[in-house]
Amino acid sequence: MPVEVILPKVDMDMATGQISRWFFEEGAIVKQGDVLFEIETDKAAMEIDAPASGTLRNITGKEGVDIPVGAPVAWIYAEGEDAGTTAAPAAAPVEPQPVANGKAETPMSSSQDKAAQTALAVQDTPAPAGAVRATPLARRLAREAGLDLAAVTGSGPHGRVVKADVEAAIAGGGVAKAAPAASPAAAAPAVAPAAKPMSDEAVLKLFEQGSYELVPHDNMRKTIARRLVEAKSTIPHFYLTLDCELDALLKLRSELNAAAPMRKTEKGDVPAYKLSVNDMIIKAMAQALVAVPDANASWTDSAMVKHKHADVGVAVSIPGGLITPIVRKADQKTLSVISNEMKDLAKRARDRKLKLEEYQGGTTAVSNLGMFGIKDFAAVINPPHATILAVGAGEERAVVKGGEIRIATVMSVTLSTDHRAVDGALGAELLGAFKRIIENPMTMLV
Amino acid sequence: MANARKAANSDAAQPNLPFAFRKYTAEQLRQVLHKMYLIRRFEEGAEDAYTRGLIHGTMHLSIGQEASAMGICMPLTDQDQITSTHRGHGHCIAKGADVKRMFAEFFGKTTGYCKGRGGSMHIADVTKGNLGANGIVAGGIPIAVGAALAAKKLKTGNVAISFFGDGANNEGAFHEALNMAAVWKLPVIFVCENNGYGMSTSTERSTAVKNIADRASAYAMPGVIVDGNNFSEVAEAADAAVERARAGEGPTLIESKTYRYRGHSKSDRNRYRTKEEIEDWMANRDPIALFEAELKEFGIIDDAGIEAVREAVKKEIADGIEFAKESPSPEICDLENYVYTEVA
Amino acid sequence: MDVAVRELSYAQAIQEAMAIAMEQDERVFLMGEDIGVYGGAFQVTGDLVERFGSERVMDTPISELGGAGVAVGAALTGLRPIFEFQFSDFATLAMEQIVNQAAKMRFMLGGEVSVPVVMRFPAGSGTGAAAQHSQSLEAWLGHVPGLKVIQPATPHDVKGMLLAAVADPDPVMIFEHKLLYKMKGPVPEGHYTVPIGKADVRRQGRDLTIVATSIMVHKALEAAAALQAEGIDIEVIDLRTVRPMDKQTIIDSVKKTSRLLCVYEAVKTLGIGAEISAVVAESDAFDYLDAPIVRLGGAEVPIPYNPELEKATVPQVPDIIAAARDLAKGKR
Repeated sequence: MPVEVILPKVDMDMATGQISRWFFEEGAIVKQGDVLFEIETDKAAMEIDAPASGTLRNITGKEGVDIPVGAPVAWIYAEGEDAGTTAAPAAAPVEPQPVANGKAETPMSSSQDKAAQTALAVQDTPAPAGAVRATPLARRLAREAGLDLAAVTGSGPHGRVVKADVEAAIAGGGVAKAAPAASPAAAAPAVAPAAKPMSDEAVLKLFEQGSYELVPHDNMRKTIARRLVEAKSTIPHFYLTLDCELDALLKLRSELNAAAPMRKTEKGDVPAYKLSVNDMIIKAMAQALVAVPDANASWTDSAMVKHKHADVGVAVSIPGGLITPIVRKADQKTLSVISNEMKDLAKRARDRKLKLEEYQGGTTAVSNLGMFGIKDFAAVINPPHATILAVGAGEERAVVKGGEIRIATVMSVTLSTDHRAVDGALGAELLGAFKRIIENPMTMLV
Repeated sequence: MANARKAANSDAAQPNLPFAFRKYTAEQLRQVLHKMYLIRRFEEGAEDAYTRGLIHGTMHLSIGQEASAMGICMPLTDQDQITSTHRGHGHCIAKGADVKRMFAEFFGKTTGYCKGRGGSMHIADVTKGNLGANGIVAGGIPIAVGAALAAKKLKTGNVAISFFGDGANNEGAFHEALNMAAVWKLPVIFVCENNGYGMSTSTERSTAVKNIADRASAYAMPGVIVDGNNFSEVAEAADAAVERARAGEGPTLIESKTYRYRGHSKSDRNRYRTKEEIEDWMANRDPIALFEAELKEFGIIDDAGIEAVREAVKKEIADGIEFAKESPSPEICDLENYVYTEVA
Repeated sequence: MDVAVRELSYAQAIQEAMAIAMEQDERVFLMGEDIGVYGGAFQVTGDLVERFGSERVMDTPISELGGAGVAVGAALTGLRPIFEFQFSDFATLAMEQIVNQAAKMRFMLGGEVSVPVVMRFPAGSGTGAAAQHSQSLEAWLGHVPGLKVIQPATPHDVKGMLLAAVADPDPVMIFEHKLLYKMKGPVPEGHYTVPIGKADVRRQGRDLTIVATSIMVHKALEAAAALQAEGIDIEVIDLRTVRPMDKQTIIDSVKKTSRLLCVYEAVKTLGIGAEISAVVAESDAFDYLDAPIVRLGGAEVPIPYNPELEKATVPQVPDIIAAARDLAKGKR
């Protein structure tokens, strides 16, 4: 019996993936553990190993097309097993069963059929096929909103989820109550539906034909769009802004960098670390969360998740989008460790080589647009975080203190918080702690 | 030869000559022989190509019925229209079709008369007035009546001929069509080529009247019986019917008694008739042999001339098959063409 | 150039269209049983024989198969016949000529000919004519490539579509519901055409799309008006043409309303409703469906004689109201 090679789920909210590259061709002899192909998931490139040794056949998973998780992409035949004589394996991702008769279905046609079904059924958290009774429209709206249909109560016959239920779930930030059946005309105002985005046609109609080109979305773009819509429409954001003086921090930074010991490398002697302002902001944010532990939290419907460590995500801009690798336990790490770790994470992020665990989770995030001269902005919270710190540029400003005007390097920061988890005063306390650490940077060394 | 030509032009001088030899020139008569051979060799060529797997589907061969097709078409112009039957290759050639394009159609090629969409059973040549063979027994009979109605309304002076077999005389469409043609006095001629069998069922077993021409009296039109294997007899009946139709006197039913040598179609095992019966028709009543004998008797052609006709036909058939083989097949992307009239 | 618009009955509109066609084109003529001095079984040809003579308003013997064949042959050779079946049920007698000959002639002959014949079929129940004179067989013919099949629902449309059919180079089958013949409506004077292959949105609405054919269009509009009072806003599409079907109008409407109800008089199973449903299910409108598709069609019985049974056989306004309400309110 040949061994099925499937497109594995390698990312939490992955419904489909694309094979960016096969390393073996049809008919190749592979050993168990050989890297068979690379998947481009929403965020990273993953290498997938051969599940068995033998001959690779029936490669149906084409490069560069969306393939549902669990769909077979190839088969490995053991020595002596002949693709022609062995019954062609069924390609059903849900119930793998050999087709009794070899002529019945080729893996190719079968996987395409199944792919179509799977693509419909799979949601962020895939439920067993058919578990959720929902109309095609409800499924589509849920898919677009990144909503788990299994968590929506259906108001239709037999608990069928209909459009109104999904809209209510989106507007209510989660699960819809079982609404009494009502005519859509009557129901529409009651659920206060989120403004429906314009259709593709409606958007394109506004522009002269030929005045634009259409660039299809890649997985990262789709994920960014979906997650941001989800975050912005389900998390009640509010914002706190204050200014921090940076002069002390900048002075300490240059002293520390000047004192860095030299390390021998292939490229000659290089400093063992080179701290950036951002490295110090990461550390300060982590320390602030430890100082105000109630703000180091995540919201769930049933309970508040209170974190014991401060894991700080750092938004890294990469070609085609952005990704947020996480500095784990940043509160416990020294500046030099944070700095070197960040350099490594940022480089691998740009190469799309981050591992799943390196960009999922975290308890807060930092987004810094100071290098572009942005003075102040507000960032969108990245669930499951309850906060995100938007960092503006450090610039010399006139500061009035004790009735005197003097010049200081000032940086404006804005904290976005999830009001469900972090109330106004708590957020202010967190931001105050951050400011204190930034303005008294020696505390980062203790 | 000189005598014959003279004879052809002087009915009074030779009152005992058969009709065709009084009516047509020697050259025309030699052309008739050429075409009768062309029909037979075409059928044989098609059969050969079929057995070689070059033609698919099925086909219904009219070998043995050449005189009937030629005799009926003799008085027709290219503007006169015929509807034909599943056994229609001979009608198509007699009406003036080019065997090249017929073979091409049988081979399913775009150069065929129907661009490969019709095949043997729907062979047509609209420019020569052949509105098409028909796969439905009696299907073409009312259509010919419609063509005659158009000729009458448009005052074109054309006549319409409907060929059909003995089997069709028991279809409702036959009776409805004959009745309407008679009621409206339309210029149409119904030609029943009675080869004795509707597939396997003999006319004795299937038809209440002895002669199909007897049906004519029910529709108040002349019913004429001719020996379908005698070209001149067929041509004479056709000539009279065409004249009557053009004169506005209405339709005629001609029963042309003949015989097909081959089975009904390519899947026929010939279990319903005896070998002796077939051999008797082939040996003693072959329409081409009979016509050749007459041509020789009246000095219109000699053995060398006949040999020359056969050679010319052989080459024409070989060229036709070659043309068909080399012609392009239709593109799959053109599958949906010709279902509806293309909007310009 | 103002065109006068009068109220005409559906039958008068057909008669006027045929008269205009005959005036404008010598090749056009009428054939059928008892269409001459009798005026047609439903008085559709009326006194046209007096205006155009019996050569152009031709009574045929009771020979549906032969008559249809004559019409096909005449169309094939230069005329433009309009052939009236006395009842659409009698198409069964002429299926050979319609399906094997008229529909396929152009294709079989590789595009060398065309068959510009128009055939008219008085159809439908409601006249107490029982099982053999009340059928709706449009889906039968709609299944045949090469034919065009239309079901105009109003006097305006039947005149315009009949004139379009006469001008059409291919065979066009017109199914005329007998109960529509007396229905009056505005009809412009003179020559105009209504395109074959284009559905008409008779009523705009948000909550539910009803695709209806022929007389059911009027019943659907009545149902829609009644449900407006309940706050249910229904869009009604008059399909008008069975083949070629105007898929886009249906798809666009369902994408707007997310609900589809098909209403037609013919037997429900394997009919036009199945085709309309499939058009939606196979299109991108699928992802806009917020409820199952529902068909309301004729019962699975021959049309009975008893008037109450007859009424119960085909969808009536209360049936449409009930089905539309359930569908719009999420109970289906």
